[in-house]
Order: sequence, then C-alpha cells, then structure tokens
Amino acid sequence: METVEQLRDRLLARFPAAKIELVTNPSAAAEHSLLIDAAHGRDIALFLRDDPTLRLDYCSNVTGIDWPDKEITDITKTTVADPAGASGATKVVEQKTTRIQPGYLEAVYHLYSMALKHGPVILRLRTANRSDAVTLPSFTPVWRSCDFQEREIYDLYGIIFECHPDLRRLLMWYEFKDHPMRKDYVEPDDYEWEPTAHGAILEKAKANRLTSAPIAGDAATPGPGSAPPATKSSNTEAKP
Amino acid sequence: MEMSDATPTPAAYTPFPAAGNIPDADREDLRRHGVLMTSMEELYNWGRSNSIWPLQFGLACCAIEMIAAATARFDIARFGAEIFRPSPRQADLMIVSGTVTKKMAPLVVRLWNQMPEPKYCIAMGACAISGGPFKQGYNVLKGIDRFIPVDIYIPGCPPRPEALLNGLVQLQKKIKGEKLSGPDAARFTRADVPSEFPIPEYGAHDLEPTKNPAVWTPPAPPSA
Repeated sequence: METVEQLRDRLLARFPAAKIELVTNPSAAAEHSLLIDAAHGRDIALFLRDDPTLRLDYCSNVTGIDWPDKEITDITKTTVADPAGASGATKVVEQKTTRIQPGYLEAVYHLYSMALKHGPVILRLRTANRSDAVTLPSFTPVWRSCDFQEREIYDLYGIIFECHPDLRRLLMWYEFKDHPMRKDYVEPDDYEWEPTAHGAILEKAKANRLTSAPIAGDAATPGPGSAPPATKSSNTEAKP
Repeated sequence: MEMSDATPTPAAYTPFPAAGNIPDADREDLRRHGVLMTSMEELYNWGRSNSIWPLQFGLACCAIEMIAAATARFDIARFGAEIFRPSPRQADLMIVSGTVTKKMAPLVVRLWNQMPEPKYCIAMGACAISGGPFKQGYNVLKGIDRFIPVDIYIPGCPPRPEALLNGLVQLQKKIKGEKLSGPDAARFTRADVPSEFPIPEYGAHDLEPTKNPAVWTPPAPPSA
C-alpha cells in the first residue's frame, strides 16, 4: 500500500478543496494519521472505500478524544538597542504572550482492507469546538461497523454524527444528560467513608460529610416520582 | 506439633435448630433409637433449604463462575439448587453475580420485587457487594445492598465456584435456623417488614435516589 504521505497527496489531488493534514505519531509505532475536514469527510470516506487500489472495506475501530482548551505561552525574542549607553550593545527582550487554544472533540477511525489485506489507514475528524458546534458526518452509511461505535462516542463524548441512522445513547440511560468521558465531566459527589488506602477518596468523603446532613438522615431527597421507602408489606401470600 | 495417640473424639454434633419444647439433644437421642421426631418448622425449613431455586440471570464475569458451579465438575445439584428458573415468579434465590451498572440497577430491584416470599439474595463478587474495582465509576452501583437486602455476601473477583457453593451452604444454614412464629420469626413471616422496595429512577446525572436509606446507611468512619 502507498504511504500515508502519498495517500494524502492523492486525496488532495482528488479533492482540491478539502483540507487534509498529516498528523504524525512520533512513537515507535509510527502510526501516522490523516486529519480531514468534516465538510469533505463523507466524500473522502467513500473514495477510500471504493478506490480500487485501496478498497478500505472494513472500519475496525472508532474512538473519541476530548481535547480541552489549552493555554499556550508564546515567547517572542526581540533585540533592542541598549538604552543606557550609545556603545551599540544590544539587549534581547523576551516577551511572553499567552493564548488559549480552543478545545475540540475528535473522532478517530481505523480502516483496513479485507480484500487487499492491508491497513490501517487512520482518519481523524475534529469538531469546531466542545460546546455548540459538535457535529461530524457519520460514516455509518459507509461502514456499517461504525454504528454502535459512533453511538458510544455520542454517548460518552457528545459528538453528534450527522446522518447516523439511529443516534441514541448506547451505554448510559436515555435520561442521562452528561458525557462522562469528557475531561470536564463532574461526577456525582457521593463519596462515603470506606476502608481504603486512597487518601483522595477519604478526603472527598470527609468534605462530603461536612457539607451534607447527618449520616443517618442522608435519606434527604428521593427523586421525583419515586416511591417513599416501603413500610407496608405485600408478602402476605408467603405466610405459611 | 505433637501427634496424639488418643482415640479421636467425634466432632461436636450441631443439631438442627428447631422449635418446640423438646430439646434438640433429646430428639437426637430419640433418633439414635430409631424414633424420628421432628417439628413442622424443621421439616419445612429442611425441605426448602434443600431445594433453593435460583433466578437464572447473570450480570458479568461472576456469572461465568456461577455457570461453572452448575456444571458437572462442581455440581450445584448436590445442594439442590440446580434448577435455575428463568422467571422471578418461580425463584427463591437471587444471585447477583457481577457488576450492577446504574442502568441495570432498577431492573434488578424490579426482579427482586417480582420474586415471591420467602426469597433470599446472594451478592456474589466484589462488584455486587460494593462496586469492586469500578466503585467510583460513573455508571456502576456501589453495591446492590443499597436497594435490596442481601443475605449472603461472597467476596472474590470473581469468587470460585467453591466459594459460591460455600455461600449457598451458609444460606441453607440460615434458612434452617429460621423461626416461623414467635417474636424472632423470620423476615418473610412478618407483615411489618417490606417485601418490595422502591425502584430507583433514571436521573439526569445519577440514579434517584442513589440509595434506599431504609435498607442501607453509609458506614461510619472510625472515631479515632
């Protein structure tokens, strides 16, 4: 199979308007990937599947990544003339500027060819941000195996896959509102004391105990519609 | 260690706990003379403790051990508990074998409510007891005893089939010791003890409520 650089060049020649970048993997595995833009994602996926020299007919894995906002410090060095003396000595001034690189969500597809026995080709797609523009094209119409995996990503990361035939939560219940695999997921604060060696858990349990009601009266707030703690019995039929 | 050449004393006999006015020792004495005397309570407990029908369902890898306990090698049929029932209406015992996810927890409580009394619950494995290695996970219930009463806890990850059989024997002992009347009568004979428990609802962030305080309260931290 052609190298990923050759593949990128061929894709760029085929889709001149598309934005395709090579994301290199510096580790020993050297599994470089192609970052493709969402607008041309479906066309590129169909091309990869149907091209006679590629025939990537099998999507083995789809996974999500959450990249939160990142603060980046840029250091610019400027050379200024020494203001003290006129001897011509110059001074290097460092100027630090920080900027926030906006975060995004990413979906990663691993493609193989069963017919030609090669692969993987790794695709990445990124959303515009992490809050309101989280739509990516679904590849389920291209590879059926993406179905559950894209549902899982929707469930755990919150990426909305456009044109997915059945985009529902897969692991969590439908009433659930959060996306647990996001970095800023806030877990329910229900830590209790337990015999554990993990100090962090005990600290959380302690804080929880200080802020909440007395332990025995923790009953507090049953959810709406849930029955009160049962006191009446319905086991009369079992009496001997 | 010194070997003793004295004749080994027979193991102390533990009689069936029984009601009635005749002491167990006297009844045992009668048994030695070929007279079988029993009480309705003892006979009843003997019968149902040796024919516990478990509910046929498994939640995770502990279920594989439970299946292994039903095979010929471990043979749960030796203890009369081989008839796994696919309906809660016919089951006596709920073996919660494996991780109870928060998504599954309401259904487990519903199955428990659908089982007729007398019914018993075994929490099999670390996950069913406390959440186990997934305790602080976002979708794992921290122990099924937060919603339903548990009779026997079997630790392990997963417990071996022998451990499950040991738990079953412990349950049989518990059943044989139950009284059918009197002030310390068994749970299922009493009208003031609940048989059904509130089913938690799916909330926006967690189950609502996250536990049933009538059944479970958090452990108190050590005072030291």
